[in-house]
Amino acid sequence: MTRARTTTRLVVRKGPIAVRVAVRPLAVGLILILLAMSVGMVNLASGDIPLPFADVLRTLIGQGDPGAEFIVLDLRLPRVAVGLLAGAALGVSGAVFQSLTRNPLGSPDFVGLTVGAATGALLAILVFNASGLSVAASAIVGCMITSVLIYLLAFRDGVQPFRLILMGIGVSALLEAFNSFLILRARIEDAVEAQVWQIGSVGGRDLLHVAIVGVPLLVVLPLILRLGRSLTMMRLGDETAALQGVPVERDRALLALGAVVLAAASTAAAGPVSFVALAAPHLAARLSRGSGPGVLPAAAMGALLMTGSDWVAQRILPDQDVPVGVVTAAVGGAYLTWLLVAEWRRGRRG
Amino acid sequence: MDGRLQGQRLTLAYEERTVAADLDVTIADGSFTVIVGPNACGKSTLLKALARVLRPVTGTVLLDGAGITTYHSKEVARRLGMLPQQPVVPNSIVVEDLVARGRYAHQRMLRQWSAADEEAVTEAMRLTEVSELADRFAEELSGGQRQRVWLAMVLAQQTGILLLDEPTTFLDLAHQFDVLDICADLHDQGRTIVAVLHDLNHACRYATDLIVMKAGAVVAQGPPGDVMTPALVEDVFGVPCRVIPDPETGTPMIVPGDRARRRGLSSPLSGSASA
Repeated sequence: MTRARTTTRLVVRKGPIAVRVAVRPLAVGLILILLAMSVGMVNLASGDIPLPFADVLRTLIGQGDPGAEFIVLDLRLPRVAVGLLAGAALGVSGAVFQSLTRNPLGSPDFVGLTVGAATGALLAILVFNASGLSVAASAIVGCMITSVLIYLLAFRDGVQPFRLILMGIGVSALLEAFNSFLILRARIEDAVEAQVWQIGSVGGRDLLHVAIVGVPLLVVLPLILRLGRSLTMMRLGDETAALQGVPVERDRALLALGAVVLAAASTAAAGPVSFVALAAPHLAARLSRGSGPGVLPAAAMGALLMTGSDWVAQRILPDQDVPVGVVTAAVGGAYLTWLLVAEWRRGRRG
Repeated sequence: MDGRLQGQRLTLAYEERTVAADLDVTIADGSFTVIVGPNACGKSTLLKALARVLRPVTGTVLLDGAGITTYHSKEVARRLGMLPQQPVVPNSIVVEDLVARGRYAHQRMLRQWSAADEEAVTEAMRLTEVSELADRFAEELSGGQRQRVWLAMVLAQQTGILLLDEPTTFLDLAHQFDVLDICADLHDQGRTIVAVLHDLNHACRYATDLIVMKAGAVVAQGPPGDVMTPALVEDVFGVPCRVIPDPETGTPMIVPGDRARRRGLSSPLSGSASA
């Protein structure tokens, strides 16, 4: 079978600027951002006390009445913002890791990075009775330690991506057992809270959580976009990239560091939400059909998956707030199964 | 001998295994140099060291008179291009995008697709005759097409020096000549070509300079007519042979001895019972 296609590309040459963009990924990215924002708006307007969109908009630009202000700005906005930002951070982190490992399974939630972050946070909550910023810091430290550990365990004259992924899955299982052990040992009230947190949730968040994921995203995303061309080249293999003039070692270290920080930050704010980092880059690439790592479409898709899942999570049970992680796990699990079956079929045909 | 690219006292190793020690080599400017030698003699390793993807344990690679490691990596990629042996074929990338990746070293953040970039890509695809494949996915090309696409990517780099690691392996005869002819055209245009080849007759036909390696050392270097002798082939490859003029080109042609002669027997019919 011959698949041929024409790619519509836009060439802009003006003064010092000369760029070429494929139209489709750009359009897909913009549409995904709009969709994510719209779902976010719906989440702001709906709930126990439904509000008209007009009121929500008025409140957002600072002209709402005090009642609406409390509901929208204090109760709902942090939750929606954490969902959007954490989803975007996971999408970016997943896109970077999947490109670096050249494997769709090489995403931070699959290789145990978010579980490691959870271990850090649980230790802080349950053992040291910490809260707020120090929980976030512990999550980031936990994530860093886990990533270094996986790297060292997988190291044998260089690191092969596949070995890294398998080692990550092993470490992830160990840490998950340890996390369950921590929860079992805790007081019952703490344990319930920790369990909800461990599934991944955006309920009951405040401005601090928004900052915990928002600030790292603001700092790291530009760096990753700056290195986007290196990442694109590394998809051709490290040797080819190096031959084309990419400083592979340096850029890979920076990109991996950035992706670890984003995974950690999103976990610190929303818990170890699973499958978003795995599925978002994939779904975005499928839609945009781009040949690069597709960092921005993945970010938009991550934000959309997270807010969309949260919308569903708030409606499954009439009287209870279901953690968003339950929905992402269900959706993501189904997606992964479908993906594996499709890959397997394609492999058998070809 | 003038050479923009030289290796001086190179010791090359993977982990503990030393592949070559104290190796000196100069690539003559404007030559079509072909490196030949038995498997595992260090040909590809030498090529990797010359292209800076393998760091020598000791010794230096000189590019235009300065140590190759003193250059910015993009600067090296603007002067020297290399086609590796088995490049990874990424999923869902069309040929034109893949060839355009060869422009990385010439691009900057805001200057990613200048008129020069576009020209270089178009020209590289024309030379390698892959223009009509521009919108095809790289993963669905045949081996011969794919090799020409990779070659186009390296050509788009527009480097004066081009290294090719076994560019004809896994190709059928017609496609082998396709690739070698493109290399010869590039050489005619004034580029320096360095290729690792297995087929000695191809090597003799296309090379202006042969580098013959054995066990990590250069045992002979020079024009094929001077270098290629039966004694050398027997010494390096362990194959007794005759060397006759190629009836088509006049270059040396290696005709291996028959089975009995290669086994050191005087004649195929005598002594067969005792063997």
